[in-house]
This record gives sequence, structure tokens and C-alpha cells, in this order.
Amino acid sequence: MTVERFSGAELLIKALAELDVEYIFGYPGGSVLDIYDAIFRQDDVSHILVRHEQAATHMADGYTRATGRVGVVLATSGPGNTNCITGIATAYMDSIPMVVLAGQVASSLIGGDAFQETDIVGCSRPIVKHSFNCRSVAELPNVVAKAFYLAATGRPGPVVIELPKDILIPDNVAPYVMNKDVKIRSYNPNVKGHSKQIKKAVETIVKAERLVVYTGGGIIIADAAEQLTALVERLNAPCTNTLMGLGGISGLHDNFIGMLGMHGSAEANKAMANADVILALGARFDDRVTNKVEKFCPNAKIIHVDIDPTSISKTVNAHIPIVGLVDVVIGQLDKELDAVGHKASDNQFNIWWDEINEWRKLNSFSYETSSELIKPQQVIESVYKHTNGDAYVTSDVGQHQMFAAQYYPFKKPRQWINSGGLGTMGFGFPAAMGVKVAFPDSHVVCITGDGSIQMNIQELGTCLQYNIPVVIVSLNNRSLGMVRQWQDMIYGGRHSSSYMDSLPDFIKLAEAYGHVGMQVNHPDELDGAIEKAFAIKDRLVFVDVLVDENEHVYPMQMRFGAVDDMWLKKGVKV
Amino acid sequence: MRRIISILLENEPGALSRIVGLFSQRAFNIESLCVAETEEPSLSRITISTYGDDKVLEQITKQVNKLVDVIKVANLTERSHIEREILLIKVLAMNDKARTEVKRITDIFRGDIIDIGKQIYTVQLTGDDDKISAFIKILSNETEIIEVVRSGTVGIARGEKALRAN
Ligand SMILES: Cc1ncc(C[n+]2csc(CCOP(=O)(O)OP(=O)(O)O)c2C)c(N)n1
Ligand SMILES: [Mg+2]
Repeated sequence: MTVERFSGAELLIKALAELDVEYIFGYPGGSVLDIYDAIFRQDDVSHILVRHEQAATHMADGYTRATGRVGVVLATSGPGNTNCITGIATAYMDSIPMVVLAGQVASSLIGGDAFQETDIVGCSRPIVKHSFNCRSVAELPNVVAKAFYLAATGRPGPVVIELPKDILIPDNVAPYVMNKDVKIRSYNPNVKGHSKQIKKAVETIVKAERLVVYTGGGIIIADAAEQLTALVERLNAPCTNTLMGLGGISGLHDNFIGMLGMHGSAEANKAMANADVILALGARFDDRVTNKVEKFCPNAKIIHVDIDPTSISKTVNAHIPIVGLVDVVIGQLDKELDAVGHKASDNQFNIWWDEINEWRKLNSFSYETSSELIKPQQVIESVYKHTNGDAYVTSDVGQHQMFAAQYYPFKKPRQWINSGGLGTMGFGFPAAMGVKVAFPDSHVVCITGDGSIQMNIQELGTCLQYNIPVVIVSLNNRSLGMVRQWQDMIYGGRHSSSYMDSLPDFIKLAEAYGHVGMQVNHPDELDGAIEKAFAIKDRLVFVDVLVDENEHVYPMQMRFGAVDDMWLKKGVKV
Repeated sequence: MRRIISILLENEPGALSRIVGLFSQRAFNIESLCVAETEEPSLSRITISTYGDDKVLEQITKQVNKLVDVIKVANLTERSHIEREILLIKVLAMNDKARTEVKRITDIFRGDIIDIGKQIYTVQLTGDDDKISAFIKILSNETEIIEVVRSGTVGIARGEKALRAN
């Protein structure tokens, strides 16, 4: 019996199907036409044609952040690939697993400046977890299996596979063989915390008087939210989340003291500054959290749990470093707490809670409403109300992003999706599309700004073609608000290029693409409009909300200060 | 402080560029870098000579280790080790005096004259960084140096300790 043989393009699609890939987000071109032909001739894997490759990467990314499954992107050689760079970098900074199938000119042409040749592996090297130059048809399925494995395990991240045209064409065939049980001798991702370190950590925790549990995106990625919540409850400790970690514990939980960092709550930043022990779980002491590193929590003993050893003691020195998968380590900590006879009823932190509750009274997220102008914070609260707090919320980058993080308490992990590490404007809308594709029956809302939305606005076309009815709520302040805020605070109010002159008519724009457009400009109309937007389930709704253009995001850490040196309001220091 | 880092990694296309890219991307220094296959053809061994304080070195080691192709990383300067570099140097040897001096200095340093042209000697010398630098300096006092090529440092731990895949 002869073994059936397939072209590289066919092998690729078979491999994706075997790995249960539902969607490819992509855009065709010369070098990948064989792959598009193979997609056309099967039903297992669907393709979504975006309008710009950057959007394909963010769509895959949003899909992944909501589902936990590896997102797949397909782009043609040259400009198709370079258009993916921002999305790859976005995924890399937030540790999002992604596989990018990058077309390439034929092997014989590589290096000769052929038409649409770019060294995509070289271009993307600093922003990928790993990459493959696939050079033979027969190895293709195994390369794909390895790429998925690397993308999803350990500290996840994007993986690029370069696919030269000659290994995809029909005249070059090989049998289909895939070994799903991937082993790579130089890569061992399943790490348990060192038992000595676990013991030390628990000794320190049970002796603590002012413990803070500080958690980041690692909790979300590891699906460890329930475990985290149980640990926090058992310790009856205050818990704060980073921008990436929101939803790790419910935003409504009594022990949650809000987001920390640059625009975090007063109680979160105060608690950090006054802690004697900080238990950091899947967070990386980013500069948007620490403020001036030299002044960061000088009196705290730091227990730092992370899967990536490079994250530990990179900015802030850890006293008790623990390298390991955060879900596994929480399990180990729990067992060790049992072993030392820790009881929840010990009320270890009573005095500490009294202090924290005093800081809570600062009410750092209070804001003044107006009878004439819509405040951006109000819009988020209205969105919360009309989605029962259950929507998937994606955001772009700017003031609106911070307002969304501050005023929409996320009850569950994966509900809040934003580009925290790279801060990519243009991320929110395509990311929302990726989420909606995965969860068509859920509310999916993109909170955006008049600047950011224009960075991937062309995807309104994709939404019509594939019927992806997300809700876009744009906090339209006629300016690059976050830039303007910094100019107000640091640059003497000189608004250099932070105004958005000549904004399009967003209603007409939405309508031109076949969607519903709405505009709101009075506080009295806000609730009704938002309610209506979410009641329309089968069409994309673009809600252009004209908000107060002078609103700033508060609280805000003072530049070069300690973690809790912050402006509560204009001119009011904490 | 100067450090010698040994890296054992997969002998695959792109592996070296990942290492070099990492050093430039993260602003780590490279003083010299040597790479070649090991006894096991699927593995390469890289020796990098770099400098930085303990914190920088810790990051370098961790970051290199994190690369998927890297199997092991060791900081040789941490314990007793042997370092060698090879130098090929061309010097002007126009007259008897210069020839005698070059020969004498080469002998003292236990180097070899490995090629002779009409007016030029080519000398080979092995040793650590210090010895090679001293040799070049002394030669330059006696005659004109035409060309210098240094291999960069390779190193290995003393005694039983070995850097192996498993
Ligand atoms: C691609 C990209 N370019 C520039 C920036 C810098 N930046 C950060 S916030 C911001 C303003 C965003 O304006 P808008 O989307 O209207 O949001 P607002 O702050 O007004 O809510 C800019 C330009 C960025 N984050 N991403
Ligand atoms: Mg704006």
C-alpha cells in the first residue's frame, strides 16, 4: 500500500486541524496562495479575512486572551509579515501564546532581495518566544506541533514559522506525520516551586503583620483565579491586581483593594508602601507599578513567584524567589500552610485591615458629575450596569483604558482584555472581534478613544462580512487625552499635536460599513443610549460618546516618587 | 568586572543570532565571542567574554538560559578555570635588528614564527587575554605592527567539572 502524500500547504492545514484550531486570522498574498487553496478545499479550519494584518494579530490575540487557546495568524511574505510586527510585539509583552504563519519567497530566492522578501524571522527575533525557518515539507507538521507547544507552555508567547513557497506548492509532497507529544531537550517548562523556598515563604507569611498579595497577568494565564481567591480568603489578606491581573480575584470581593500602580487606588498603593511582606504572584514589578524603583516598598520582604526566572530580581530584588508555575506554587503554599497548622480564624491582619479601611475612605475613584457634560467615568459605570458586569471588555490605550480598568469591576478572569505591556493603540477593536468570534452569545464591548479607534477602524468591514456584532463605545474627548493629560501636568499645558482636528462623523462611518451608529452628548441621554446599544444583539453598534475633554485620570502617581506618592485629584496629594 | 560565560546550545540555524541579538537588545556587552561545534555535532559551544556587575551577570545568565535553543549556561569566572586565546600577528621585520628582536620576544612568550615574507614575520601565540595584550604591546615597542587577529577567549573549568548536555 502506498502512503498518501500531501503538499506542504495541505500538511499545514491538516496539522492545524489536528491541533483543534478553529480559526485562522489572515490575509492572502503571492507566497501563501497554496495555503489559501488548501484552506478552500477543507472545512475543519475557518479563515477570517481581516482588512489589515495588524488586526489579524490582535484578533488572534483577543481570541486567545478570552479562551486560553493558541491564536493563529497567516500573512504573506514582505509587507504582510511586517504588518504583523506590532501585534507580535503586543502578544510578546503580555505573554500571549500565538502562532504566526509567515509566508516567505522560495528558498532558492531567499537572500537575494526577491520581490516581497523580508527576513521576518530576523525582524521579529527580539519579540518572539521562538521562531522556525521551516525548510522541508516532511517536517512541517512537527514544526507546527513544536510551535504550538512552545507558544502555550512555560511563560507563553508568540512563535513565528517562516514558510518558503517551495515547501507549500503541490509538486512537493510528503506523508503526514505529526508527533503531538513534543519533547525539546533544551526546554523544560513544567516547574514546581523549590520546597525549601516554599517553606521559607510560608514561614514569612504566617509571621507577617501587614501582608499584601500582589498579582498580575500570570494568574489569568495560568487559570489560577479560583486558587488565588481561596488563598486570599484563607489568609484573609488584602489583594491588589496589576492592570494585566484584573479579574484574578473578583473586583467585588471584600479583600480586593483595587488596581495598583500609576493609576491605581489609594488603598492599593498605600498598602503596598506600608506592607511588611509582599507576596507577588505572576506579576513582574513593572515600572508602571513600582514608580521609582529605589523608593519602592523599602521595608517589605518580597516573595516573588514567577515562571520566568528573568522576571525575578530584574527590577526589584526578591528576598524569597520562587520559580514555578503559579497555579502549582499556590497549591504548594496551601499545603505548606496546612502543614504548619495555619488557621483562617487567626485574624492575623485585624489591625492591618483597620488601616486599609481608613485609606479606603479616601475614596480615590470619586469624581464630580456635571449636568451638562458627560464624564468618561460615568460612561464606564453605565456600560457596567447594562451588561450586568458580565461583558468581555477590551480597550485601546489612553485615558479611556484607565477609566475602564478603574470603573468596571471585573468579576472573572479573561473578562478584561487590554494591551498592558506594549500599550498598543489600535488593539481594542480587533481584540474584541476575536473575543466575539469565540463567544458570539456574550456581550463584547470595546472601550476606545477617538484616537485609538482610528488605528484599526478598517475592521468594520471584517465585522460586516463575518457578522461580528461587537459594541464599540468610544469616549470621544476630541483629543489624544492621555498625551494631553501629560502635557497639562508636565509640559505647561502646551498641547503639541494632541488635538484630534477633523474627526470623522463616526455615525456615518459606521453606517457606511453597514452598521449602527449612535452619538450621545448629554448626560441625561447616556443611560438610555447605552441600554439601547446592548439591546441590539445582531448588529455592530458604534456609540460615539462626547465626553468632557478636560477630565484627567486620577489618582496618579507622582513622577520619580514612591509607590504611594500620588495625586488624588488636581492639586491634592495623598 | 570581566566574566567568561560558556553556553551549550543546539547547533541550529538562527541559534547564534538569537544569542547575539539578545546581547545587543538588552544592552549587554560582548568583548569577544567564539563559537564552534562540539564532540556531539548537534551541539555548539559558545564562549562569551563580557563585563558587568553581579546583577547584570545574573540577568545575562537567566536571559541566555531562557532562549529555547540553549541547553546550559555556566559562568566560568565563578570558579577556577582555564582561558586561552590565539593570536596571529604580522610585524615588520626589515633588518637584522628587528628580526632578532621579534624572534627573541616570541621565544620569551613561547610563541612561534609561522610564516616569513620578504620583510614580514607572522607570529602565533596562545595564552590568556593578559599575556596576549602584553605581547602585542612589547612587540609594538620594537617594530611596526601590520595586522592583528585575535580569536577571542575560549575557556573550560578546571578539574572534574564539565559542561555537558546531561
Ligand atoms: C500605536 C501607539 N502610538 C502612540 C501611543 C501613545 N499614546 C498613548 S495614549 C495616546 C492617546 C490616545 O488617545 P485616545 O485613543 O483618543 O484615548 P484618550 O486618552 O483620549 O482616552 C497616545 C497617542 C500609543 N500608546 N500607541
Ligand atoms: Mg481621545
